[in-house]
Amino acid sequence: MSNDGFDRFKGSSDYVTSRPLRSAVNVSITLGRPLLIRGEPGTGKTLLAHSIAKGLKKKLIIWNIKSTTKAQEGLYVYDTVQRLNDSRFGDRDVSDIKQYIKLGKLGQAFAAPEQVVLLIDEVDKADIEFPNDLLNELDEMSFYIPETNETIKAIHRPIAVITSNAEKELPDAFLRRCIFHYIEFPDSKLMEEIVKVHFPDIKNNLLQEALRTFYSLRQIDQFRKKPSTSELIDWIRALIAGGLADEKISSEIPFIGTLLKKEPDYNYFAKTRSSRYGDTYDNRR
Amino acid sequence: MFTDFFYTLRKRKVPVSVTEWMTLMEALNGNCITNLDEFYYLARAILVKSEAHYDHYDVAFQEYFKGIEGPADISEQILEWLKDPINRTTLTEAERALFDSMDLDELMRELEKRLKEQTEQHDGGDYWIGRGGTAPFGHSGSNPAGIRIGGQSGGRHAMQIAQERRFQNYRSDLTLDIRQIKMALRGLRELNRIGPEDELDLDKTIQATCKNAGDIELVWTRSRKNAVKLLLLMDVGGSMEPFAQLCSQLFSAAHSSSHFKDFQYFFFHNCIYENLYRDIERREAISTEHLLRTLERDYKVVLVGDASMAIQELTDRYGAIYYYQRNDTPGIIWLKRIAEHFTHSVWLNPDTQYSWNHPTIQMTGKLFPMFELTLDGLGQAVKKLVVKK
Repeated sequence: MSNDGFDRFKGSSDYVTSRPLRSAVNVSITLGRPLLIRGEPGTGKTLLAHSIAKGLKKKLIIWNIKSTTKAQEGLYVYDTVQRLNDSRFGDRDVSDIKQYIKLGKLGQAFAAPEQVVLLIDEVDKADIEFPNDLLNELDEMSFYIPETNETIKAIHRPIAVITSNAEKELPDAFLRRCIFHYIEFPDSKLMEEIVKVHFPDIKNNLLQEALRTFYSLRQIDQFRKKPSTSELIDWIRALIAGGLADEKISSEIPFIGTLLKKEPDYNYFAKTRSSRYGDTYDNRR
Repeated sequence: MFTDFFYTLRKRKVPVSVTEWMTLMEALNGNCITNLDEFYYLARAILVKSEAHYDHYDVAFQEYFKGIEGPADISEQILEWLKDPINRTTLTEAERALFDSMDLDELMRELEKRLKEQTEQHDGGDYWIGRGGTAPFGHSGSNPAGIRIGGQSGGRHAMQIAQERRFQNYRSDLTLDIRQIKMALRGLRELNRIGPEDELDLDKTIQATCKNAGDIELVWTRSRKNAVKLLLLMDVGGSMEPFAQLCSQLFSAAHSSSHFKDFQYFFFHNCIYENLYRDIERREAISTEHLLRTLERDYKVVLVGDASMAIQELTDRYGAIYYYQRNDTPGIIWLKRIAEHFTHSVWLNPDTQYSWNHPTIQMTGKLFPMFELTLDGLGQAVKKLVVKK
């Protein structure tokens, strides 16, 4: 484990990282432990895995978790019905159970001939017991298939990234095995970089105006859903396409629908804008 | 290595386990850490598992590493500080205006000059860089254009971050586990086969196939789903104030448990009379009678309250604590109606069992099986609720 081995992940061209995040990713890669990422929606939790895969030039396997997902599905599925069906017509050799074992996403990641990046997206969506069911598999990076008497063991421990919106509390035993990082909402400096990644030749004036307006909107606590990074990106895209004068951005806030997604928020904004924003911006000028 | 840091963390209520500590040791053995900065992030990533504990971690980090600082390196620190526009947001409006009035380069030059002149740590005074003075640089100074730089003069970057304590807002001391309550509530289930037939019944399929002389006959069945409907009635306000947090935990656990077929909740104050309320402020009323008429008998009822009140509140007509609330029917009758309507009901009392000799608690206890609102009590109550009658 050399020092340059440790600094492997440096972000990728289309994803801006903060130093603590890079450090957490590298710790997780070095120690071969899953990385648990939490943070506000729209802070790029899922994109991180894409970025790691891209930055390290590795294949990405995505396991999207839904409320009905079972841990077993991630490992393998034994297609009994297909086998039964085949036995009827004698198409295939039914004594070969192997061909009816289909590896799940986790299984694929373990069985891959080279190291892959495994994204387990929104782990908290699943049943409360779900993370516990995966404890051993993630720890040992191996599992046993009784039907074929086979053990699937990771040749190279995959780089596992797990994201969570903290809808449900995760069990302690699960947490103990993870490296944890909380993605803070980016400050305006980092946000500038992020925007520039998406719009390399954005005019500085437009960028500054947009960011200032965006952060002042975020300060309004009454909003049920504050605009996040992905909304800002959409908004700026609309602004560029709209081609409005820069100084109109803060005073009029065009295309507000891209930033505020909830009706009460929009109503609140419309109601208070005249008094609140009209005044402050006039004073500044 | 750093074993005391482990205990400092635990003292500061960061739930660090030995497993995590060993992981950190493993990482440190890998020689991937060259300075305190990296150690700060590395240890945080490995040891702290919730943003709610980031602030505890910062405090512990400060406490432990306060004594072990690198050599004084103020100028770099200030340069970094000045470069980062986010720091300006920590200044007040007036400070920012003053700050803007001074040219940045001017400020830097001035700083470098003074740093050269100064050879020792400085406290007080209005010129030298140091603590408690009015010079524009330093810690706890009173010059409005001054910048607060770290706390200790020799503090390195990681210390500075720890001192900023940016995660203070994420701190939540109500970490007593909602998860544990949820796990207890999980016991509240009666699995019935409902919904579409989408599960393969293996046994029956084999049977049917055999009967069919080996020609495959698939038999599908409905999957098992929880049929439990839960009705939660909570006492709010007044004597329940000290237990508000505990009750809100129970509430959020029940509310976010997705395994109930239906979940209804209402609030009351001290005792139940002709109305129950949908909100804690008790604005939106719904008549208790209506509820008894519309809710089926198989709802599992959980009442939460301390059940201690003035005896007339429970037994007298017009006994309600609110003057304007003229209840024709005494509270005890309403409670009795609830107990009789529903087949399964329990009362959870946040007060300890030792204080249950109060007359009104005794009376309610006769109507509803009463349990303490603790994990144990909750477990017993859940068992009582699923018992077959």
